[in-house]
Order: sequence, then structure tokens, then C-alpha cells
Amino acid sequence: MMKRALLLLTLFTGLKLGAQTRVLGKITDNRGNPVAGVSITLKSSYDGATSDSLGNFSFTSAEKGKQIIEASIVGYRPFSQEVTLGSAELLVNISMKELVTELKAVVISAGSFVASDKNKGAVLNAIDIVTTPSANGDVTSAFKTLPGTQQVGESEGLFVRGGSATESKIYMDGNLVNNFFYSSTPGIATRGRFNPFLFKGTIFSSGGYSALYGQALSSALILESKDLPDRTEADLAISVVGLGGGIQKLAKNKKASWGISYNYTNLWLAFKFNKYKQDFYTIPEYHQGDANFRIKTKSGGMIKYYGYISSNKTAFRNPDIDSAVLKDAFSINNLNTYQNINWRDNLGNGWRLNAGISFSTNKDDILNELQDASNNKTLITTPIFYAFKNFQVQNRALYAQARAVAEKKLNGLNTIRFGSDYFYSKEKSTYILYDGTRFPGTVKDNLVSVFAEADIYITNSLAAKLGSRLEHSDLVGKWNLAPRASIAYKFADNSQASFAYGLFYQNPERRYLPALASLDYSRAAHYILQYQKLTSQRTFRVEAFYKKYSDLYKTTVSLGGQEAASSNNGFGDAKGVELFWRDRKTFKDVDYWISYSYLDTKRDYLNYPYAITPSFAANHTASLVVKRFVVPWKTGFNLSYSFATGRPYYRIAYDNAQSKYVITDAGKTINYNSMSFSVNYLPALGKKNPKVFTVWVLGVNNVLGQNQVFNYNYSNDGSRKVPVTPPSKRFIFIGCFLSFGVDRTQDAINNNL
Amino acid sequence: MKKIILAVAFLYAATAVSAQSERYMAAMKNNIAAIDTSFRNPANLLSLANNFERIANAEKNQWLPYYYAALCQVNYAYMEQDKSKIDAIADKATLLIDKADSLSPDNSEISCVKSMIASSHMMVNPMQRYMEYGAEINLHLDAAMKQDPNNPRPEYLKGQGLKYTPEQFGGGCATAKPVLQASLDKYNAFKPASELHPNWGKQRVELLLGECK
Repeated sequence: MMKRALLLLTLFTGLKLGAQTRVLGKITDNRGNPVAGVSITLKSSYDGATSDSLGNFSFTSAEKGKQIIEASIVGYRPFSQEVTLGSAELLVNISMKELVTELKAVVISAGSFVASDKNKGAVLNAIDIVTTPSANGDVTSAFKTLPGTQQVGESEGLFVRGGSATESKIYMDGNLVNNFFYSSTPGIATRGRFNPFLFKGTIFSSGGYSALYGQALSSALILESKDLPDRTEADLAISVVGLGGGIQKLAKNKKASWGISYNYTNLWLAFKFNKYKQDFYTIPEYHQGDANFRIKTKSGGMIKYYGYISSNKTAFRNPDIDSAVLKDAFSINNLNTYQNINWRDNLGNGWRLNAGISFSTNKDDILNELQDASNNKTLITTPIFYAFKNFQVQNRALYAQARAVAEKKLNGLNTIRFGSDYFYSKEKSTYILYDGTRFPGTVKDNLVSVFAEADIYITNSLAAKLGSRLEHSDLVGKWNLAPRASIAYKFADNSQASFAYGLFYQNPERRYLPALASLDYSRAAHYILQYQKLTSQRTFRVEAFYKKYSDLYKTTVSLGGQEAASSNNGFGDAKGVELFWRDRKTFKDVDYWISYSYLDTKRDYLNYPYAITPSFAANHTASLVVKRFVVPWKTGFNLSYSFATGRPYYRIAYDNAQSKYVITDAGKTINYNSMSFSVNYLPALGKKNPKVFTVWVLGVNNVLGQNQVFNYNYSNDGSRKVPVTPPSKRFIFIGCFLSFGVDRTQDAINNNL
Repeated sequence: MKKIILAVAFLYAATAVSAQSERYMAAMKNNIAAIDTSFRNPANLLSLANNFERIANAEKNQWLPYYYAALCQVNYAYMEQDKSKIDAIADKATLLIDKADSLSPDNSEISCVKSMIASSHMMVNPMQRYMEYGAEINLHLDAAMKQDPNNPRPEYLKGQGLKYTPEQFGGGCATAKPVLQASLDKYNAFKPASELHPNWGKQRVELLLGECK
């Protein structure tokens, strides 16, 4: 009996240890190329192999009968197949299907520059925005070193591909930011209001942007605010332009944070360093406070709040252009608030939601007066044009926006998103004449839009983004439908070509309202062709575009002497070629980029008598930015050089005899050259757990003191013209930025606070 | 007869179980032994990672094969010359180490591998990623030291990181040496829990210390 049992046992175990079956085969992708490194497994067993460089594999197994063979490798769809293992050799050839993944897929990039640390299509990093010397830490200025933008120094904003600054709109977490820049002052470009360190990523689109955004004929700058900070931290900034401080507190569970900061800017000290051509009788002074909180939701989403309040004032006088002794004095007081709450979340099943509400107010009090030699207000009524130099403008604006975008991830990277956006604006402007006559005007608008967009990845090499936007503005009283499409193809060498097309609509600017007639939307059509080659160390791209403007606003002088929109009879076009090259490899430790733009544009709009090249458009623009960080010195050196050919200028005057606008004088400014330099010194670099992390910054704009002329102002009779030049030849900035609590470990933070 | 059949069945089951665990022991030992020889060969490392993953998936409740699979994957990530591929390999290692973590929570050895994964992510672009992943590396190493103060590997990894950090950034031999020495002292006293448990790194510490003389 025992013997039989033993026999049975040996039989069993014998079977188990018995004949091994050899399994072999070759692994290829859908093009028949071998795939190496694939893990081949007999399911639930130890048996398997890894494919070699020729895609071949082989292993032996003692398993018998029906089994499941599996093959897997990062970047390919997992493969499984039922096989029957007998005594004979088993041949299994496997074809793996490549997954369309973010890492491998073509990037739809026509018309857009991405600045981000994470995004793979990124051209700039977040830190580039603050280390580009000509930018002086201003969010939008770094983008002026990229192709497509103009070197306009006399007013703020981005002038993109023949478009005016008002054709570029700025969005924060999806919501439109009105008054992104400090209120305009004549002849002096103002800065953006927001600290560049607020943002983790930026997309600068010089055309053909997504259907998620509208109301910008030329360009969209899309800013994404930071999520939770890495750690609790306090900051202090001391510089020639003011003082600032803030704190960011990260909750112990790292699921929430809050922060507040306050900045005081006063240019008193800067005026000691830099000589200004204007006579500032109120030295520019800014108070700015902000607060934020960020909460991580259970499903991995985020709720973010950002609130901002600022007040500022400045006043300066220039010599009056029409007389030898009189002065033209301008003063402005501004109060601005902005609040934005944004919620993005995963709703499960591949659905994501991104919703936001923003609310902002703006108040400007502008006083312009004619002053005599001893700076007293003077009223001259003959000739009457002198009297018009005494005026006041009071602007009160309120904006509110609500927006929701739903996104559904389909298989692979294919995604559909759709949503709606409602924008309310109420802008009250009162113009007060020298004699106290008031011209009040309120413009209200309800702008509703719905939009849908699909990202379609046919393969890793071919993708398209198709979208459409439907808008209705009460101001215009009509619907508009804006289709957008882009397509991108990746070549075998990883370079790629893209094409983008889109229609874009925009309402008339507030300053030309109320209109003298009923108006339609102004419109632009973009056609963009791009070739790009991106490696981790180098970027090359060339882009050609054609932009057709139609229904641009024309203006005439209204009863109050103000220019007001009167028709949609304007038109224009812009075409050009742009190059961008960034290289971090050729020169050791040196990172540089070069951009070049060629622009050919003409338009008839506002008070232009016929189609001319606008005064904000130069034919050739080029920039060079070079950065080098010298580790032993703990110091970064940054240099930028910008060049642009001269821009046209015109004297456009109303000819009463012909009852129309005519050009009485025209010319071209000198070429624009500017070299800027900055040094960042980080003494705490490498210290173990430094209590304070300090960054010293020295920046000089227009180091060489090159003459710059942006435009010309004409006297009333046109007999005299005065160049519009920068307020100071050079600008020197010295600052020190300290952060406390940089200690990396959670314990250290908890002990310190 | 019934009894005998039962006995035989029992015997068979017992041998099957022990065969199973013998097979596990043997497979693990073979593959662990192979780690040392394939350390400088990416293809072999990947193949070993796959072997461990196969064992892990077949066993399902052993943390060690997942641990070794992740360890081989992260070393494979270190070997990868094409920086654009590193993140995906490191993500694969994370999947594996998370499985090990769920089977054996608060494990010092697992925290060590997590710190290695963070440093492979950092390698893709150290200047840009230092803030994020530098903090994560230290977080895992600190956890590893706390979870098992006798484990020599957290100090080894910390010391190695310091040695390859430029002096200007607070690294170099001077700061690395005491940490590496502390690690070596722990290696000299270290006894792995079994012959399958992690027992690597001593030679490397000796080598690093030698370079720092």
C-alpha cells in the first residue's frame, strides 16, 4: 500500500518536474521593427523572458495545457494570448501596439510658445521669465524676446504679428484679466501688475489659439497659477524700487496652504540712480497686497483662490509741445482689485471639470492740465486747442466672469472638452472738459460664449485639434461663430510640422464707445505653418503666417471732441516669417536663444485715411538672450540684446475742408537697439539648511545708453515734432530677495514655526 | 486506504508547498545573485527586473520580489542615456515599489528605493528639478533612517548623493565622508533578516570612501 502511495507521489512530482516546453518567438511593433526589453510571461508562473535587441525571446516551462502568455513594456499596449503548451516547441510571434502617450506623441504647437517646467513642448522654463534681463521680472516682457512680438517701448502690452496691444488678451487660470497692466500713462509703458512667481506655467500664443479663448484678434497669453507650495516659507524683498514681504504657509498634511503678501513700491530712490526726462512731481508710489488659499480635494483636484488689491499714483509734467514756456501735466490715481477662484477636479470615469469665477474693479482718476513756467494751472482759450489740454477723466469699471469647462479623456490621449463662459462688464467713464462740462458714458456688456474642442490622436505621429466657439455680445447684438483647427505631424527624426487655422472675433475697445453707429465684431483669420525640431538641449522652429483682418473699427470725432467708433469698414493684413533657436549644448554652461521676425503688414483702421503700416509695426525684429550660471561664484550672468528696424510714424489730422482724416507728415524712426544685463548672486547656494536663502540682483537696462525713438508727437499745427523716447536712458535695478524657512524637512519647518 | 490516500494527498500538498517555497527561494536567490554581475549592463538589469516582476505577480503577497523589481528598474533608469526616457522608467519603478509598500508598509528598504526613484527623476534636469525632487529624496531617506536606524543603506544613499553634489552646493567628499563612514559602521554590524533580504551596497560604500581619502 505504502509503495503504491509512494509510486503515486513520485508520479505526481515526476510529472511536475517533467518535460520542459520551449517557448520562443519574436516581438515586433506594428511597422515590423523589433522591440527590445519586452517582458514575456506565462501568466501566474515564474516562467518568461525579456526580448533581446533583435526582439527575440525564448524560455522553457514545465507548465502544460492551456496557458496565457503575456507581453508588456512601457509605452505599448499590454498583449495577452491563450496558448497550449504541449511537448513540442511553441512559436509565438507577437506584434505590440504602441500606445499614444504624451511622451511620444506629436505636440500641437503651431503659433504657441509654452513656458513651463513640466510640459514637454516647453520652449522656456518658469525661471526664464525672471532671469531674462530686459524683462525686469515683468511677466509679459520675457515674451518680447520671442518671435512675433514688437519692441514697443512707449506703451504696455504685447504687439503681436501686426496686431495692436488691445488685440492680445491675458488669462489667469482660464479667466480673462482686465487691467493686467497698470493704467496707461502717456509715453511711458507700464508694468504688469502680477508677480511672475505666482505662475507655474505660461502659454504664449502668437496666433491660432484654442477655442477655449476668444475676444483677442491676435494673441492670447494663458497663465496658470501655482498649486500648493513645496514648503512653508516667508519672503522679504528690498530693492531700489521698494519693499515687500509675504508668507506662504503649507498645512502639516500638505493638503492646503494659504499666503499673504504686501509690496510697497516707491521710485524715489530709483530716481536718484536714474535720470528721468519727465519732471515727476508725484513720485510713482504703489501699494499692493494679495492673499491666496489653495486646497487639494479628495479626488486629486484643487481649489485655488487669489485676491489682489492695489492703489497707485503718479504725476509728471512734460514741456508743452505747442509753446516754449508752458508745461503739460498729467496725474493718475488708480485703485484696482482682482479676485479669482478656480476649482478643478477629477469627476471619475475620465471626466475632469475646471470651473472658475472672477471679479474685478478698476478706478482711474486722471487729471491733465496746462501749467505755466512756475507750475501753476493755466487756462488759455485762444486758440481753443490749448483749453482742451485741461481735462479730467474718471473711469469706474466692474467685471465679473463665470466659466466652466468639462473634459473627457477618451482612449489614449484623445480628449473632448466643452464649456461655457459668461462675462459681465460695466465701464463708466466721465470726461470733464476744461469748463466743467461733463460727458458721462456707461457701457455695459453681457458676453456669453459656448465652446467645444477635440484633441484627436490618430497615431503618435499625427494629431489634430478641432474646435469651435460661439459668442454673443449684447454690445454688438449678434452671434459669431469662430472655428479653430490645427494639425501636427511628426517625422521619423522627431521633428514636426504643424498647421493652424482659426477665426477670431473682438468687440470694440471701450475708449471708442459709445459708438456713433451700430457695430459688428471685428475679425481676423489666421493661417500658420510651422516646422519645429525639439531635443532636450536644443530647439529650432520656423513659422510662417498670414493674417487677414476684416471689419476693423473706424473712428470719427464725436461731439465731445472724443474719437468714437463709427463703422466696421476697416481692414488689413499681416504676413511674415519667424525663426527661433535655443541652444543649451554648444557652449558649456551657456544657454542662449535667438529669435528673428519678419513682418509685412498694412491696415486701415481707427482714423487712418487709407491702409498704412501701423506705427507699432517694424519690418525686422531680432533678439538674443544669453545666460550663464557660474557655479563656483554662485552667480548667474544674463544678457539680452534686442534690435528692430525703424517704425513708421504719421501725423494724422482731420482736414475740415475735405471733412476727412489726412496724413500731413510721415517718416520712419531710427533703428531700435537695446542691450540689457543682469547678475544674480546666490550666496546661500550649497549651504546646508541655510536659515535665509538670499538672492542679490543687479540689472541694467540699455547698458550702452543707445538712443531709442519709439514715435513722434506733433504740435497742434504740425509744424513741430518731438520724439517719444524712454523716460530714462538707463534703468539700474539693485535688489535683495530673502526667503526664510527653506529647510527641506517637515520637522525642521514645524520646529521653526 | 482512505487514510493513506489522505496522507498521500497531504504529503503531496506539503511537498508542493515546500516545492513552491523552494522554487521561490531558488528563483529569488538566482536572480539576486545575478544583480551584482549585471549591474553595469542595462539589458541584463531590465531582464532581471522582469524576472522579479514575474515572481512578484505569481506570488502576489511577497514584498521582496516587487522590491527587487523596482530596485532593478531604478538602476536601469540610472543607466539610461536618453534623458527623455528616464521618467517613464522611473514611473514603472514607482508602480512596483508601491505594490511592495502596500504589502510591507513603513519599510526602511522600500523608502530607500523611493528616494532612488526621486533622484532618477531629478537626473533628467537637476537645475530645474532640484527643488521638487531634492526635497523628496531627503523625505524618503529621513523616513528610511527612522523606520530602521540600523539599516546602512539610507546613509549610503545620502553620502553618495553628497559626494556627487558640487562643493559649492554643499556636497563633496568633506561632507560626504562622515555620512559614508556611519554607513560603513552600520554595514559591519548589519545582518539581513534572511538570505533573500536586501544586503547590498557595502562594496560601493567602501569604494566611495576610498575615493574620498
